Amino acid sequence: MKMKAIVTVTLKPSILDPQGEAVAHALQNMGVKGVQSVRIGKHIELEIEGGDEKALRAKLEEISKELLSNPVMENFHLDLRAGG
Amino acid sequence: MRFAVIQFPGSNCDQDCVHALQVLGQEARLVWHQETKIDPEEGVILPGGFSYGDYLRCGAIARFSPIMPAVKAAAERGQVVVGICNGFQILCEAGLLPGALTRNEGLHFRCEKAYLRVETPASPFTSHYVTGETLTIPIAHGEGCYRASPEILQELEAQQRVLFRYCNAEGQVVPEANPNGSSHNIAGICNAQRNVLGMMPHPERCCEVEMGGTDGRGILLGAAGIGRKI
Amino acid sequence: MKAKEFALKLGLTEQEYGTIEKGLGREPNENELGMFSVMWSEHCSYKNTRRELRKFPTTGPAVLVKAGEENAGVVDAGDGLALAYKIESHNHPSAVEPFQGAATGVGGILRDIFTMGARPVAFMDSLRFGRPEAKGEAGKRTRSLIHGVVSGISHYGNCVGVPTVGGELVFDPAYEGNPLVNVFCLGTLRHDQIRRGAAKGVGNPVFYVGAKTGRDGLAGAAFASRDLTEESKADRPAVQVGDPFVGKLLFEACLDLYARPDLVVGVQDMGAAGLTCSTCETASRGGSGIEIELDRVPQRETGMTPYEILLSESQERMLIIVHKGREKELKEIFAKWGLDAAEIGYVTETGKVVVKAGGKVVAAVPARLLADDAPVYEREAKVPAQLAEKQKLDLKKILPDQPKVKEDLLKLAASPATGSRRWVWNQYDHMVGLRTVGKPGSDAAVLRIEKPGGGWVHVAMTLDGNGRWCAQDPREGSKALVAEACRNLACAGAVPLGLTDNLNYGNPHDPEIFWQLREGVEGMADACRFFDLPVTGGNVSLYNQSPAGPIHPTPVVGVVGKVEDGVRLVPGVFGKGGGVILLLGTQDSGGLGASLYLQEIHGVLAGKLGKVDLATEKKLHVLMRGVLKLTGVRSVHDVGEGGILWALAEMTFGEDSAGAEVALACSQGERPEEALFGEGAGRILVEVEEETVTTVEQLAKEAGVGCHQIGKSGGADLQITCGSVKERWGARELRKLFTESLPKALEG
Repeated sequence: MKMKAIVTVTLKPSILDPQGEAVAHALQNMGVKGVQSVRIGKHIELEIEGGDEKALRAKLEEISKELLSNPVMENFHLDLRAGG
Repeated sequence: MRFAVIQFPGSNCDQDCVHALQVLGQEARLVWHQETKIDPEEGVILPGGFSYGDYLRCGAIARFSPIMPAVKAAAERGQVVVGICNGFQILCEAGLLPGALTRNEGLHFRCEKAYLRVETPASPFTSHYVTGETLTIPIAHGEGCYRASPEILQELEAQQRVLFRYCNAEGQVVPEANPNGSSHNIAGICNAQRNVLGMMPHPERCCEVEMGGTDGRGILLGAAGIGRKI
Repeated sequence: MKAKEFALKLGLTEQEYGTIEKGLGREPNENELGMFSVMWSEHCSYKNTRRELRKFPTTGPAVLVKAGEENAGVVDAGDGLALAYKIESHNHPSAVEPFQGAATGVGGILRDIFTMGARPVAFMDSLRFGRPEAKGEAGKRTRSLIHGVVSGISHYGNCVGVPTVGGELVFDPAYEGNPLVNVFCLGTLRHDQIRRGAAKGVGNPVFYVGAKTGRDGLAGAAFASRDLTEESKADRPAVQVGDPFVGKLLFEACLDLYARPDLVVGVQDMGAAGLTCSTCETASRGGSGIEIELDRVPQRETGMTPYEILLSESQERMLIIVHKGREKELKEIFAKWGLDAAEIGYVTETGKVVVKAGGKVVAAVPARLLADDAPVYEREAKVPAQLAEKQKLDLKKILPDQPKVKEDLLKLAASPATGSRRWVWNQYDHMVGLRTVGKPGSDAAVLRIEKPGGGWVHVAMTLDGNGRWCAQDPREGSKALVAEACRNLACAGAVPLGLTDNLNYGNPHDPEIFWQLREGVEGMADACRFFDLPVTGGNVSLYNQSPAGPIHPTPVVGVVGKVEDGVRLVPGVFGKGGGVILLLGTQDSGGLGASLYLQEIHGVLAGKLGKVDLATEKKLHVLMRGVLKLTGVRSVHDVGEGGILWALAEMTFGEDSAGAEVALACSQGERPEEALFGEGAGRILVEVEEETVTTVEQLAKEAGVGCHQIGKSGGADLQITCGSVKERWGARELRKLFTESLPKALEG
């Protein structure tokens, strides 16, 4: 069965996000009011030939931790669902 | 001729452009991005750099800066507008040129000399050259991979709006000579009116022998409306 | 928790706690202890090395700002032009987060330079890692470190528009667990633009400018002053993230500010120990005090405690003191650049740094006690027990009976250790600013700098380190480094003006390591005195060790110099051929001790470098500069790692370079491998036109320096004869190996 995993990587709250800061600043300059802060992360989609979901999830957790994110400064959220 | 070199807060080739223009006997003034006026007699240069940090997308924020309406107006009036590197990215984001510049195919920033084939002398910027002439002009970018829809690419080609392509030392346009994966090896294009140029390579970096070459002179002199000396 | 307990937890010693209590005349609070723990860490106070650092010569006619006075040293380059420059390490941060570690290293050294009033014009980097081609986990980790560090430097340097024009990249298993990332920055300014980091004038406002404060790198200075352990990853403070865009805005805004006459009183960057360090150092230098209110500090996060604000190492921040009544001008300039500028306090006469939060005093410490009265330790030094054994070299046991020079050179050319560094410097914008004369990869980088009155001054600079030489003989190795750096400058026709050093060593509490450091400092100091070269400051990075052991002792020197009038710069590679190749200097190869050849080809690190003859070396440099003023000089390259054969091979690696045919002397009892691959100092290869040979020979004779015709450039092959060895390589084949080795190791 085909599975789809969506990994969202975001910076930990304490980590400076220059990208977000620059966008927030630009919005402010454009006259957009009320934006308190902007944080930018990564959205990663993986299509996987499924199998045992538990094992798959464990594997995905591992690659999210080892490769897709840097635990030193980022958090990730894993969403695993059926379908391509 | 006098040029307005637009200075975004993160521009870093602005002074280099001013210097190169002065070496070529032209006048240049820096115009801060928060200004709103460009003289109807001036040429406009959007220099290289990282306009607003360019973290989101190169040039994405710059297109909203206060000076941009004046740049658009200048382009519509037929004044020359040259976007170099980040300037090219801004022109695309602002819709003054079609297409977009994406991350280099090799993913790395690349700073090196590149060979460019001049595709047509039919523009102020290429008036100093003949078709097929090879120029050596440095590149320095991480996001210089030119992308556009097949229709746009076809239109650019049909209207001979591709002014420069990456080629090898022998002048052949081959995939190995493409430093960033640009479609059709595109290094520089112009608008339909042929007064707006966008190019990733840096002509201002090769206007003096001591900087390693003078192949960029013709582009800037051409922009200044100065014909080729025979 | 009791104050004393807390102090110990922060890494202060019992004795240090006692000094603090005595200095304050009362029990310190936690905020104060936090401040002391960072200011008295090795990183900020040099408490373990200060005695040694005093051995460096620091004065000279060209010195405008001495070592230790300010953020960076400044030397005179003539015509009213001055050079501000410094090297700094970011080893530990790069080990745990290579991209941000390297990026913030670049940002930090940048601030040190523009704090002095200078416009930053060039970066160089000295990088050391394990072997990228190593198999398994170690290799994988090393490769990812290299990718991270190089892209971090590229990210920051390219964005701020300061070219990265050279440096070094070394692979050695000794750095596997603890990479070295040393960054150097050069800035230029007029003599009258030099800025001081002193808080003077009671009542003058103190401004905080730049990025907002977050919990970044809390107590990073203390982190840098410990060994790297397995836990380092976990117990680390929040990673500092560099924002090059704000870095660029900050330096442009500061340079705008300095241009206003009589506006600025003092400037100090907030690097290690952030707000704490900048307030107490400026107050201490000014002989004054400072009072600040933390509520006015721009903050990125909510709920930060005074402790956190005081010790945060958020990047891209500066402390600026202006004359009272001129506040509006400062605010206007920073508003133009879209940066925060907050008046957080004022200069006082109390001699104390007083910190308030919500109007309440949360810390009050004598500035001098914090900034200058850190304890100074005399550490125990002991000759390493294994040293004598390590220095023995029995070539009979290592070299094959019959030399295999043909294969040896091919292997050397294919090693990532010697391979072309183009993969690295192509990722750096090395041209922005229109000052870079020639490409990276030369013996020295050369920049043209506009003179205050118009016209150009040419400035040359180089970074050199050699852990192998120093591991085998820290004193001579360090001397050889300084000699090599000066020789590199001579190859660009430059007279050295000043030196900045980065001392990278292991844990100083280990007497054998401290001995290495002391020997290194003394060796460097001797050589500097000999070359009339003042040391204008730098950085000490200790505790560079992992569970696998300490790194090689690795002092890295950055030397800047001025190209003499009349010098013509020539490439380091052959052109079309037809030139005569001369060896200037000694014919003594120095032997194979501590050589790259033994390590790369035979897997042995043994012996020691031959003694450096500084007197001859100095004469050679004078001669070299003279020769470069002649017409008919085509190319120049110094002999260093890999010896004379490798130097010759490198000269054939230009895009259109010819090969060469060369005969080299092999003295009696010497193995050809020694003559070919020995790394002895004092040698430069020069390719000249036929008609120039006699002039060079005459100059060499007058200078009392050897000059030997060893062959000619030309053809497509590199051919050599040396004793019993006669070999030939296709220059194109060698070049291919040389060009491909690094990309292959890193990208597979």
